[in-house]
Amino acid sequence: MQVVLDGVGYAYGDLPVLDGVSFSVAEGETAALIGPSGCGKSTLLNLVGGLLQQQVGRVSTPGAPPAGCLNPLTFVFQDFALLPWRSVAGNVALALEHHGLGRKEREGRINEVLTLCGLADFADALPRQLSGGMRQRVGIARAIAVKPAVLLMDEPLSALDAQTRELLMEDLVAIWARERTTTLYVTHNLSEAVRLADKVVVLSRRPGRIKRVVEVPVPVFERHKLDHAAALQALQDELWGLIKTEAQVADREVQDV
Amino acid sequence: MSETQPTVTFRGRGFVPATKRWAPWLAFVLIIAAWEFASDTGLLPSLFMPSPHEVLLALYSLLVDGKLFVHIGASLQRIVGGWLLGSFAGLCFGFAMGIFVLARSVGLPVVAALFPIPKIALLPLFILWFGIGEPSKIATIALGVFFPTVVSTYSAVDNVPRNLIRMAQSFGLSTPAIVWKVILPGAMPGILSGFRISSSIALILVVAAEMIGTQVGIGAFVLAAGNLMQTDQLVAGVVLLSLLGLTISWLLGIAEKTLLRWR
Ligand SMILES: Nc1ncnc2c1ncn2[C@@H]1O[C@H](COP(=O)(O)OP(=O)(O)O)[C@@H](O)[C@H]1O
Ligand SMILES: [Mg+2]
Repeated sequence: MQVVLDGVGYAYGDLPVLDGVSFSVAEGETAALIGPSGCGKSTLLNLVGGLLQQQVGRVSTPGAPPAGCLNPLTFVFQDFALLPWRSVAGNVALALEHHGLGRKEREGRINEVLTLCGLADFADALPRQLSGGMRQRVGIARAIAVKPAVLLMDEPLSALDAQTRELLMEDLVAIWARERTTTLYVTHNLSEAVRLADKVVVLSRRPGRIKRVVEVPVPVFERHKLDHAAALQALQDELWGLIKTEAQVADREVQDV
Repeated sequence: MSETQPTVTFRGRGFVPATKRWAPWLAFVLIIAAWEFASDTGLLPSLFMPSPHEVLLALYSLLVDGKLFVHIGASLQRIVGGWLLGSFAGLCFGFAMGIFVLARSVGLPVVAALFPIPKIALLPLFILWFGIGEPSKIATIALGVFFPTVVSTYSAVDNVPRNLIRMAQSFGLSTPAIVWKVILPGAMPGILSGFRISSSIALILVVAAEMIGTQVGIGAFVLAAGNLMQTDQLVAGVVLLSLLGLTISWLLGIAEKTLLRWR
């Protein structure tokens, strides 16, 4: 399944947040969306995921979802959004229970994704007993349990410390190696974008417009190799150059929400 | 050497939010002992305040002639009936107000207007409507329980994190499923602490309601004892009320421990 945005605009009341945003994410591709904070990245993601009513332009998803897909547009949240009263397995089950799967298939799927995300030993633990990294692994497990056509990730690693973030990035790359799900990945962290994305969509400050779309020349699975380090660093510097002044201005803006 | 390199002294003592388990029991025993001592030496005339052992004797004689369980049973019946009725209605309205915009818009001002009325003032009206028997008493308790339950349920539902609800929507859960699987458990802590308030209100109202038109119930018993200046019986009734309240809050504590184990 692809994601196509055509002239998408959005305003909260009088506050224009997005303006004429057009780009597309191809089947199996990972697009990172970067931009200064408050530029409308989360808004854009919520429009794509159907959590906000579209106003201007059109978001469409051409193509069929993969076999066994239960929830085509699936989110991974920055704050994990786990139910604190449900165990790890119960949180994954929440996404499956209302789909009328047999008990066997449901438990099979849960075990499969928990193993894939390194959570097999924590199935009965409660979220509060887990570290931040483990909690987000539950969020990711819950998302891939429904075999999504498009993963919508809103700063999934931003609440984690730097070391945990490194570990989870490796996990994400491993998961994508298995199933190349179309992914829209919002981040404000440039090194995450350069590590994980096939292409980087750079937004300007509010109202967010597309400033540039940059392709990352190295395949995702080779990016950890040292001979690519210089090229990736150069790309990251280029991206920083694109958003530095915007970020400075956005930082000094007075919020009147 | 030691003058130039002073050792750091500990200055973080005290202000610890801890409690000692034995302290309340000891205080309890000391207070009762002092009370008994004051009564026995005549410092506290028994006309004004009976001694602890007189209260115990009054309770014992109630137990022996079987009236104890009659009074407790009658009061419990009214408390449980009124509380269940008021809580059920309060939960329904509170949930509706927490979930539906229209119910909230109508409900908030109505609740604000009716909440402050002391419900016992309406007892004569209820007696007029429902007769002098049980229904008017149960209605008074139910109404007194209803409003705090509505308010606590509404704010508990309102305080369920938005992001959890959006998460459930993003996975395609239906509205009833969201209410059942996300909002109800998420609101449970607030609902249970609302139960603590409403149960103590039920206890207050049962005593007040039993002061009209009945011979049985702890409230009627205390009133009768007061009219006859039988202070030992009166204090015995008050002790019963206190024990009843403690039992209820103990039961709610158990409910909290089992239902909110995840916290
Ligand atoms: N529900 C809302 N109502 C009004 N303004 C909002 C709302 N949500 C976000 N905004 C504003 O819209 C702008 C974009 O928000 P958001 O999409 O969350 O930005 P980002 O995720 O890029 O940091 C911000 O200035 C924010 O204050
Ligand atoms: Mg955001």
